[in-house]
Amino acid sequence: MAIPDEARGRAYAGRVRAVLRAVGESSITAGLILLLFCAYLLWGTSAYTRGQQLLLQKELTRKDTGLARIELGRAVALLRIPELGHDYRYAVVEGVDAEHLRKGPGHYPGSALPGQVGNFVVSGHRTTYAAPFNRLDELERDDEIVVDAAEARYTYRVTSQDVVEPDEVNVLAPVPGKPDISPIRAYITLSTCHPEYSAAQRLIVYGVLKRTEPRKE
Amino acid sequence: MYGWIWRRLPGSTAVRLLTATVLVAVAVAVLWYAVFPLLEPAVTLDEVTVQE
Repeated sequence: MAIPDEARGRAYAGRVRAVLRAVGESSITAGLILLLFCAYLLWGTSAYTRGQQLLLQKELTRKDTGLARIELGRAVALLRIPELGHDYRYAVVEGVDAEHLRKGPGHYPGSALPGQVGNFVVSGHRTTYAAPFNRLDELERDDEIVVDAAEARYTYRVTSQDVVEPDEVNVLAPVPGKPDISPIRAYITLSTCHPEYSAAQRLIVYGVLKRTEPRKE
Repeated sequence: MYGWIWRRLPGSTAVRLLTATVLVAVAVAVLWYAVFPLLEPAVTLDEVTVQE
């Protein structure tokens, strides 16, 4: 009588072990897949942006595609911020939908063009898709933001930095923060997410045009 | 699960190891190039625009 009981007990223990092993293996697998997904967000997405940037920057250096032909998804200008490194350069793409921002920093359609009186507004990713605006928080007053457009090089001077709520659309106004005033100067406004890895708020950097150098024919 | 797969792989240990590595690589590639790009738009950890 004792032997069948023992055998049944062993079989039961074996089943429990099998179930526990399956649960354990699935959990470990799920954890590894999550880790891999994080790696994809941080590095995998950047590969796409780098490829698109190559195309956009090539587009900018072609003579025939000037500011006359701005279309969604096309390059608008080359953005350089010497403070963030001498090789810091991104082609700004027209549009701020997800598909545009994957390619690089995006210009708000309808906001001023580089150097124009009004507000040249650009948004860019902070942690994914090559994270062009990752170090925007390091910019300080009087740092330079250089925008190379087809007809001229516009150098803006950083005036201030702010953290705002995601629906604070006043920062997009022709005079940033003052929607009722019509502009007489050329401003630049850069926006990205804040804090890093969060969609809770937006980091905003304001600047004003300091110098215009027309391109030689 | 992994034990079950391992027992069904043919050949010597070395061959099994190679097959297993290839299987893992295929799984990773499918996730990286097909599944993750579909999931990515649902993750809003990098919202950068200001809008109403």
